Amino acid sequence: MRVVIAEDHALLRDGLTRLLGAFGAEIVATVDNGPSLLPALIAHRPDVAVIDVRLPPTYTDEGLQAAIAARAQIPGLPVLILSQHVEQLYARELLSDRRGGVGYLLKDRVSDVSQFVEAVRRVAAGATVMDPDVVAQLLARRAGDEPLRELTAREREVLGLMAEGRSNAAIAGRLFVTEKAVSKHINSIFSKLGLPPSTDDHRRVLAVLAYLNR
Amino acid sequence: MLLGIVRRSAFTALHGLRVFVLSLAAHIPLLVLSIVSVALIPIGVGMLALPQVVTWTRLLTRSQREIARDWAGVDIARAYRPAPGRYTPWSAFRWVVTDPATWREMLWLLVGIPAGVLGLLALAIPFYGLEGTLGVALLIWLITDGYGYGAVWFMDNWGEALLSLPQGAVILTIGVLAGPWLLRAWASVARPFLTPSRSDLLAKRVEVLTESRAETVDAQAAELRRIERDLHDGAQARLVALSMSIGLAEELMASDPGAAQRLLAEARQNSGEALVELRGLVRGIHPPVLAERGFDGAIRALALSVPLPIAVEVDLPGRPQAPVESAAYFAVAEVLANISKHSGATRAWISASHVDGRLLVAVGDNGAGGADPAGGTGLRGIARRLGAFDGTMAVTSPPGGPTVVTMELPCELSSPRTTPSSGTG
Repeated sequence: MRVVIAEDHALLRDGLTRLLGAFGAEIVATVDNGPSLLPALIAHRPDVAVIDVRLPPTYTDEGLQAAIAARAQIPGLPVLILSQHVEQLYARELLSDRRGGVGYLLKDRVSDVSQFVEAVRRVAAGATVMDPDVVAQLLARRAGDEPLRELTAREREVLGLMAEGRSNAAIAGRLFVTEKAVSKHINSIFSKLGLPPSTDDHRRVLAVLAYLNR
Repeated sequence: MLLGIVRRSAFTALHGLRVFVLSLAAHIPLLVLSIVSVALIPIGVGMLALPQVVTWTRLLTRSQREIARDWAGVDIARAYRPAPGRYTPWSAFRWVVTDPATWREMLWLLVGIPAGVLGLLALAIPFYGLEGTLGVALLIWLITDGYGYGAVWFMDNWGEALLSLPQGAVILTIGVLAGPWLLRAWASVARPFLTPSRSDLLAKRVEVLTESRAETVDAQAAELRRIERDLHDGAQARLVALSMSIGLAEELMASDPGAAQRLLAEARQNSGEALVELRGLVRGIHPPVLAERGFDGAIRALALSVPLPIAVEVDLPGRPQAPVESAAYFAVAEVLANISKHSGATRAWISASHVDGRLLVAVGDNGAGGADPAGGTGLRGIARRLGAFDGTMAVTSPPGGPTVVTMELPCELSSPRTTPSSGTG
């Protein structure tokens, strides 16, 4: 797995390099500022880019902007955005091309190393990974909606995990139920929300996020 | 002491002369010009001329206010309607005619002419006294043979002539004593004509407040932004790195205990540095020692943190309000930082006292001087911060030093604590 890392804080850059390296990733480039990120992404075409939202010189959202620009040139280029805080707004912008291969996580998540590496791998494979905080925000905002209120508590739980980008197997493992039970819940959710049924994990996640993000 | 009295009296007489000369040389022409301008308003010429005449009049009253303040101790505020944004002949005319101060000051041009006599007296009485005291009157009598002095007209013999000496002494004494009083009397006559109306004073105050409020808001926003940046790039990033190290150590515990141990050592070091950064940040927001010990203790603690000997003299019977205290503290901190960075001083001092409802703080050093309050962003920042509380800052820093920065903040003191050293945490 070839990775580009963009992070201005030396401590975190080294940490990420070491962490991903320890799990067998090849770090093809590390970048510590906004302007050199886009050329690096275009030149290396990594399997996945791990990008800090805020980078020099302006310390605003140049990481996010570079990621979106890169995906405009290389459609579906997998990017995992890391940030000290998550904003629905940014999630919406990242998801807007509906291509998947997008991750958006709080920096805190790196402390659970195996989960974090797993998230990087899933994004590299074209999946969508959303931070639980983003999903919680989305669900909270739509909590009063008619169709969402019809979901059972368990279904709502499954919906949240699905929105985070987890596979049926992972959801089943998390909730201590069988995968069959999970897919039953998912079918029920899709029919209650009026979404077209889909067997493709990846399309399903996007559909759910698009629904919540409306 | 005697020299001081002589100097003071000489200056008083000189300003008496100034008052008198202005009352003739400036009041009369300006009064004539004013009347002519007003009379010519109907044919338009006056509309163009009046603003100019009013401007000259305001220059005159400005210097008269200075005389009143410096030599009679009578403080007369100065405030006019705000000048029009776009300066056209019509807007200028409207501006001066709608301002009641224009008409009050025009009246003063008239009243000031006879009032100028008070200035003449402040000059003439001591001079007349001097004439007798120094024997000039005597001399003139000797030469002309037909002269009088004081109560004696004409002096007929040596006895009467010699009487001019003690008479002169009495008149001189009266003149010296009466000089300041005469100037005060003149200023009291001027005051009702030169004092702005209450609404103009308030308008001026609003203008000042609007400006200082905007500056305060700017400064506050910049401050918050700085804190956010410091937290985001400092402690927050360190904590992420910390959790990453611990997480990785956890993974490696079984397979590579040596590497895991190194990671944990790194994590511990990182947590220490995060704490140091947080502490620095907290100190920048509100120093804990200020909360615990008040201004006095905080200033002493500050003085100890600077690498040169600083004499601290704080004489405050109580504590200023927290925001004032904090502003004064940061002002002193900034000045001390400047001293240790730029001045090359080997010694410094800080004094703080509370006089007439104002907190007075002065910081001085024996360094190279030449500090320019307009140049450094630090000093400007202090001025802005103090401005939020109607405070002011003054810097005297001649090349070669010494540099003294004085700050004044209007504030009340809370009642002193009864147990000054009750346990602090």
